[in-house]
Amino acid sequence: MEFFERFAIPHPSAPIYASMVAIGLTVIAIVAGLTYFKKWGYLWREWLTTVDHKRIGIMYLISALLMLFRGGVDAIMMRSQTAIPENTLLDAQHYNEVFTTHGIVMIIFMAMPFIYALMNFVVPLQIGARDVAFPRLNALSFWLFFMGAMLFNISFVIGGSPDAGWTAYFPLAGNEFSTSVGTNYYALALQIAGLGTLMSGINFIVTILKMRAPGITLMKMPMFTWSALTANVIVVFAFPVLTVALIMMTMDRLFGTHFFATTNGGMDMLWANLFWVWGHPEVYILILPAFGVYSEVISTFARRNLYGYKSMVASMVGISFLSFLVWTHHFFTMGQGALTNSIFSVTTMAIAIPTGIKIFNWLFTMWKGKIEFTVPMLYAVGFIPIFTIGGVTGVMLAMASADYQYHNTMFLVAHFHYTIIPGVVFAMIAGLTYWWPKMFGFMLNERIGKWAFWFIAISFNVTFFPMFFTGLDGQARRMYTYSEATGFGPLNMLSFIGALGLAVGFALIAYNVYYSTRYASRNISADPWDARTLEWATQSPVPAYNFAITPQANSSEAFWDAKKKGHELFKGEVQKIHMPSNSGVPFIMSCIFFIWGFSFVFSLWIPAILATIGIFICMAQRSFERDPGYYISVKEIKETESKLRGA
Amino acid sequence: MKIDHSLPLEYGTDQNQLNILGFWIFLGAEIMLFGTLFASYFTLVDRTGSGPSGAEIFEITPVLIETIVLLTSSFVIGLGVHAMRIGRTKAMITFYAITLLLGLTFLGVEIYEFMHYVHIGAGLQVSAFTAILLTTLGTHGAHVTFGLVWGFFIILQVRKHGITPETANKSFIFSLYWHFLDVVWIFIFSFVYLKGMM
Repeated sequence: MEFFERFAIPHPSAPIYASMVAIGLTVIAIVAGLTYFKKWGYLWREWLTTVDHKRIGIMYLISALLMLFRGGVDAIMMRSQTAIPENTLLDAQHYNEVFTTHGIVMIIFMAMPFIYALMNFVVPLQIGARDVAFPRLNALSFWLFFMGAMLFNISFVIGGSPDAGWTAYFPLAGNEFSTSVGTNYYALALQIAGLGTLMSGINFIVTILKMRAPGITLMKMPMFTWSALTANVIVVFAFPVLTVALIMMTMDRLFGTHFFATTNGGMDMLWANLFWVWGHPEVYILILPAFGVYSEVISTFARRNLYGYKSMVASMVGISFLSFLVWTHHFFTMGQGALTNSIFSVTTMAIAIPTGIKIFNWLFTMWKGKIEFTVPMLYAVGFIPIFTIGGVTGVMLAMASADYQYHNTMFLVAHFHYTIIPGVVFAMIAGLTYWWPKMFGFMLNERIGKWAFWFIAISFNVTFFPMFFTGLDGQARRMYTYSEATGFGPLNMLSFIGALGLAVGFALIAYNVYYSTRYASRNISADPWDARTLEWATQSPVPAYNFAITPQANSSEAFWDAKKKGHELFKGEVQKIHMPSNSGVPFIMSCIFFIWGFSFVFSLWIPAILATIGIFICMAQRSFERDPGYYISVKEIKETESKLRGA
Repeated sequence: MKIDHSLPLEYGTDQNQLNILGFWIFLGAEIMLFGTLFASYFTLVDRTGSGPSGAEIFEITPVLIETIVLLTSSFVIGLGVHAMRIGRTKAMITFYAITLLLGLTFLGVEIYEFMHYVHIGAGLQVSAFTAILLTTLGTHGAHVTFGLVWGFFIILQVRKHGITPETANKSFIFSLYWHFLDVVWIFIFSFVYLKGMM
C-alpha cells in the first residue's frame, strides 16, 4: 500500500473526485466509441502516424482548444472564489493550484500550440512549399508537446497539481515548501513540451530560409511568415535556457542539489533570472505570430496592401532582439539596485517603439481602405485599442520606481491580460476564422461569430478593467480571499460577471464550430475572402501535396497580383511529387517520453531507466532506417485537382 | 533523387542541405544551453557553502589528458571527413573509429575525475558550486557519451552502404557535433579549470 500512497492527492475534495470519474468515463467512452465505429485503423493511419504539416496543424488546433477549455475552467474557478469577500468555495491550497495551472496551461499548452497550429498549417502554403523541412521531426514536436500537456493535466488527479505559481519561484518551489509532487510535474511536463517546441523552432527556421518558392525573396515573404521566422528564432535561443533551468529544478527537487536552495551556497534569485531570460522572450514568441495574423487579416479586409512592409519587418526583428534584454523588469523589487533597474527600465520602454510603429502601420493600412467588418477583421480592429491599453500600462510598469507600487498586484494581472488576450487570443480566433475555410472547406458562421466577438470583447473589459483599480488600491494577486473591509468586493464581483460573459463568448465559438460543421455550405471557392497571399491559390481543403505546380511569386501578395495584375502563378506542367512516408515512431517515442516523465515525477527509477532506453531505441531506429518516401503520380494529381475544382 | 555533383556529396541533395542548416541551428541552441550553464557557473562559482572551492579540488593531470585526447579526436575526425570527400571509405572508417576511441578515453578519464571529486567530498549535493560544476561537466560528458553511440551507428552504416549522399551527410553532421563538443571543452578548460586553479 505504501507504494500507492504517493499517487494520492494531498488535498482531495469533491470536485476532484468528480473529475476523476469524469476523466475515467471520457477515456472509456473514447475507447468504446473508436472500437464500436471501427476507427482505430483510421486514427492510426491518418492521424497518429501522419507527417503532413496540415494534419499536424489541425491536431495542434484541437489540443489548443481543449486546453483553452481547461484553462478557462481554472479562470472561472478563480473568479468565483474571489467574487465575494471571505468566500469559502476554494481553500488556499486549491486556489494556489488553480492559478498555477491556469498560467501554465494558458501560456504553454494553449497559446503555444495555437500559434504552432496556424504556423504549421499556413507557413508552408504561404511560401509555396510541399511541407516543412523535416516532416517527421514536426510530428515528433507535436507529440512531445501533446504528451507534455497530458502529463501536466493528469497532475490534479494523480499526486497533486503544482502550486507555486506559473513562475515557480524558489524557495517556494523547493521541497521544503512544495511538498507534493506537483512541482515535479511542472519541471518534467515543461521539459518534454519544451523539447518539442525547440525542434519546431529549428524546423520552421530551415523551412522558411530554404524552401521558399521561386521569386519569394526574404523581403517578399508574407508578413505572417516573417512573424513565424522571428518567433522561431526566439524559440531556438530562449528555450535552451528553460531546459537548463528545469534540469536544475529537477535536480534540486529529486537529487538533493543546492542550485536554488537557501543553504550551502544556493541562490534562489538564479531561478528567477533564468526563468525570465526564457519567460520574457516567450511572451514575444506568442505575440509576434499574432501580429503576423493581424497583418494578414487587416490587409485582406481593408483591401489594401500592408502599409510599411519594411518597417514591419524591422520592428519585429527589433522586438525579437530587445525581448532578450528586458527580463529583470519582472522583479524590479527583488534587490538589483538602482543602476540595473534603470537599464532594464530603459530597454523595456524601448520595446514600445517598434510596437508603436506596428500599430500605426496597421492604422495606415486601414486608412482610406474599403474596410469589410468580417469576424477576423472585428477581432483585428478590436485588438488595436484594447492592446494599446495593455501597452501603455506596460510602460507604467516599466518605470522601476513606480513598479514598487504595482508589483504583484492585480494591476499587473490586468496589464498582462490586456496584452495577451487581445494580442494572442483575439489573433488566434481571428486566424482560426480566417483560415478555417482553407483547413476544412467551409466557413464559420459570421452571425454567430459576431455575437461571440461582442461577448468576448465587452466581457473582457468588464473582467479585467476593474483589476487596474483594485490593484492600485493594493489588492495583491494570488490571494485566495480578502476581507470585506478592504472594499475590493464590488469590483471583484464585476470581474466575475465579466468572466461569465467570456465563458458565454467562448461557448458561442464552440457552438459556431458545431453549427457551421452541420449547416455551412461546402460549395465555396478556394478564395472565399478575396485574399492576397499564396495559401489561397490552392484548393480548399488543401490536397496532400499542397500545390500541383510550384507557384512563382513576384511580390509578398503574389496571389493578389495574379488576380488583379495578370501575374502568372503556375507555369509549366504537373510533375510527379515526392512525399515523405508516415511513421508511428514519433508517437511511440512521445508515449515513452510520457512514461519517462511520469516515472521521474514519482521517483520510480526502474521505469525511468527502461523509458530512457526506450527513447534511445527509437532514436537508433531513426538512424538506421532508410526511408525513400513515395511519389504521387501525375495522373493522380490531375484527378485530385479536377475533382476539387469541380466540387 | 537529384544529386548535384558540383558540391561535396554531403551537400549534394536538397534534403542534405536542409539537414546541415538545421544542424547548425541546433548547434546555435546548444550554444545557448552551454551559455546558460556557464552563466550559472560564474554566478555560483564562489558560493561554496561548507564545501571545497575549485582551487582545492582541481587536479591538472587528468584535465590535461582529457584536453589533449579530445583536441586530438577533433583533428582526427577532420581527417575522417577529408577521407570521405576523396572517397576513401576504409580510411574514413578508421579515422572515425580512432575518434571514438579517443572519445572513449576522454570519457574514462572524466569518470575517474568525477569519482575522485565524490571521494574527496565534492559530490553533487555538497554545495551550489559542486552542483553547477558537476552539472556543467556532466552535460558535456553526456553529450560525448551520446556522440560515442551515434558515431558508432554511423560507422556501421558507412560500412554497410559505403559513402552515399545519405551516409556522407550523416557523417559530416556528426563531425560538426564532435567539433562543437571540442569548442565547449576549450571554454570549460579555460574558464572552469584554468581560472579555477589560478
